[in-house]
Amino acid sequence: MSTQADPIIRVDNLTAGYNETVILDDISFDVAVGEVFVIVGGSGCGKSTLMNNMIGLTKPLNGSILIDGDDIVTEDEDVKHRIRRKIGVMFQTGALFGSMTLMENVRLALDEFTDLPRDAAELIATMKLELVGLRGYGDYMPAELSGGMQKRAAIARAMVLDPQILFLDEPSAGLDPVTSAGLDALIRNLAKTLTMTFVIVTHELASIYAVADRVIMLEKDLKKIVAEGTPQQLRDRTDNPWVARFFHRQPPEKVGY
Amino acid sequence: MISRHTNTRLRSETDRSGNLTLGYSGRLDSATVGKLWRQTQKVLQSAPPGRVRVLTDEVTYCDGSGVALLFWLRLRGRRDNFTVDFEGLSSDLQTRLQRFDPEAFAKEGATPPRPGIAENVGRAVWDFFQDIGEQLVFVGELTIATIKCLVRPKTLRWKDVLITAERAGANAVGIIALIGFLFGLIMAFSSAMPLRRFGADVYVADLAAMALVRVIGPFITAVILAGRSGSAYAAEIGTMKVNNEIDALTTMGLEPVRFLVVPKLLATMVVAPLLTVIADVFGLIGSGLVILSLGFPLVTYTNHVRSAVDLDIWLIGLLKGLVFGALVAGVGCLRGLQTKTGASAVGISTTRAVVSGIVLVVAAEGVFAVLLHFLGI
Repeated sequence: MSTQADPIIRVDNLTAGYNETVILDDISFDVAVGEVFVIVGGSGCGKSTLMNNMIGLTKPLNGSILIDGDDIVTEDEDVKHRIRRKIGVMFQTGALFGSMTLMENVRLALDEFTDLPRDAAELIATMKLELVGLRGYGDYMPAELSGGMQKRAAIARAMVLDPQILFLDEPSAGLDPVTSAGLDALIRNLAKTLTMTFVIVTHELASIYAVADRVIMLEKDLKKIVAEGTPQQLRDRTDNPWVARFFHRQPPEKVGY
Repeated sequence: MISRHTNTRLRSETDRSGNLTLGYSGRLDSATVGKLWRQTQKVLQSAPPGRVRVLTDEVTYCDGSGVALLFWLRLRGRRDNFTVDFEGLSSDLQTRLQRFDPEAFAKEGATPPRPGIAENVGRAVWDFFQDIGEQLVFVGELTIATIKCLVRPKTLRWKDVLITAERAGANAVGIIALIGFLFGLIMAFSSAMPLRRFGADVYVADLAAMALVRVIGPFITAVILAGRSGSAYAAEIGTMKVNNEIDALTTMGLEPVRFLVVPKLLATMVVAPLLTVIADVFGLIGSGLVILSLGFPLVTYTNHVRSAVDLDIWLIGLLKGLVFGALVAGVGCLRGLQTKTGASAVGISTTRAVVSGIVLVVAAEGVFAVLLHFLGI
C-alpha cells in the first residue's frame, strides 16, 4: 500500500519527551488512509509517548502532527475537538467507565454526538459488541468481566462512531490466541471495508504479521525510527541486529543474569 | 417522500399491492443515520407493508451505523412478518450485513444474575454480620501486630509513623484550633443568654470548661480526624488494594496490617490526644472571650475553669482522644483493606471510613458516659 498518497496522519520533525528529557528526537513519518500502521520498539523507547502526542493527550516538545490536515499540536480547542471526532482510542487497560454497564460505555459517544433514536443507538452498540464477541454482555459492569473481555469492550467503544482513525495500545496483550486472531481479522476487515486507518502499538509478533501494512521501529538510545517497512521486510533485515533480534524473537547479547 | 440530510436521502414509495420501496442514497454514517432511522420508522408505522424493497445502489458510503439501519430493517421484517429484499448492495456491504445473524439478535442475550428484593435484604443482613465479623478479626490482627511491634520496636516502620504523625497531627493543628475556638465561642455565647436571665451568667465558665474538656474537645477532634485522616488512610490503602499492591505485600511475606496499619494506628493514637488538648485550649480561649465581653474579669473566669475542670477531667479528655484516635485510624485502614475493584471502589471506601469512624466515636462516647457515671467521675 502506498504511504505517500493522501496521508491521513503526517508527523513532521517531531521531538517528544517530558520536561527536559527528550525521548524521540526529530522523527517524521506519514500514515496513509486505510493503512494498518504498527509502532514497535523496546520498553522505554517512546511508543506510548508518541501515541499520546498523536491523540493530543500530551504536547510534543517540537514539530507538528497533522490529522486529516489539522494540526493536533495547536492550542485551538475547536480544531482539537474536530480532530477527536475523527479518532477512536483504545487504551492498554481498556479504561472502561466502571460506573457504567458495557452497553452504556459503548453507547456513550452515540448518545453524546449523534441524534440517533435510543433503540438505534442500542442496536449499533450491540452490533459493535457482537463484532468483538461480547453480544449479550451489555448489562454487565466492567468489574464483572475478565481483563480480556474489558479490552474487547474498549475496542467496541472506540469504534462505535466508526472513526477514520483508530489508535490501539497493545490490543492483543492479555488475550487468548483465538480471541487475538479474531481481533486481527476484525482490524483487517475494518481497514479494508471502511478504509479505516489503524495506528497500533504492539509487541505481539503474530499480530504484527497478521495485520500490519507497515511497521516503524523506535530505538531508545538513538531516539529515532531505526527501521520502516512491511513486517516481512523488517524480519529479513540483517543490517540492524536489534531489528533482527526483535523480529526473530531472540534474546539480547548480554543477558543480565 | 424525500428527506435530505446533506447529500443523504430516503425515497419511499408504496405500490397498490402494499409493497414498500425504500431507496437510500448518499452517505449512511452516524451523522446522517439518526434522521433516516426516524423517517424509516415513520414510513413503516404509517403503512405496515407486506414486502419491503431496499435500494442501496446510490449509497456512496456506509459505516457501522448505516449497516445497523439496514440490519434493523431485517430485524423489523422478522418481527412484523414482512419480507425485506436488498437490491444494489455492494459485495462489501453484503459481507458486513451478513456478519450479523438476525436470529441470534432476536434471542435474549446472556444477562448477569440480578437478585430480587428478598435476596437483597438477605444479602444486606449477611453483609452486616460479615462486616462485624471482619471488624472483630481485624481488631484481633491489629492488636497482635501492634503488640509484636511494641515488643520488638525494630519491626515497626518508624519513618511511616513520623510521616503519618505529621500529616494527621501537625498539619491538622490549624483547623483543630479554629474549630475548637469557634465551638468555645458559640457554646459560651449560646448558654450565656439564657443563664443571664437567672443571674447565673458567671457559671457559663464552668459549663463551657466542663463540656469542652470532657466531651466536645475530644469529639470534635475525632470528627475532624475521621474526615481528614480516616478518609486519607482508606483512600491510600484502597488505591493500593485496587493496584494489587496489597497482594504484592502478602506474597512477599509482609503482613499488610503490620506494614501499613500499625504505623498509622500508633501515629494517630499519639497525635489525637495532643490535638484534643489544642481543641480544649482554643475552646477555652473562645469561651473566655465571651465571659470577658459579659464584663467579668479574667481572674473570675480562670478560677471558675480551675474549679470546674480538675486533673481527672483533663485525663478523661486525653483518654477519650487516645481511644477515638485508635477507632478512627483502625476503621479507616479496615475500610481501605475492604476496598473492592473498580474506579468507584476507593470513593466508597473513603465514605465508609468517615461514616464508620464517626459512628464508632459516638458509640464510644456513649460507653464513656455510662462508665464514668458508674465510676462516679
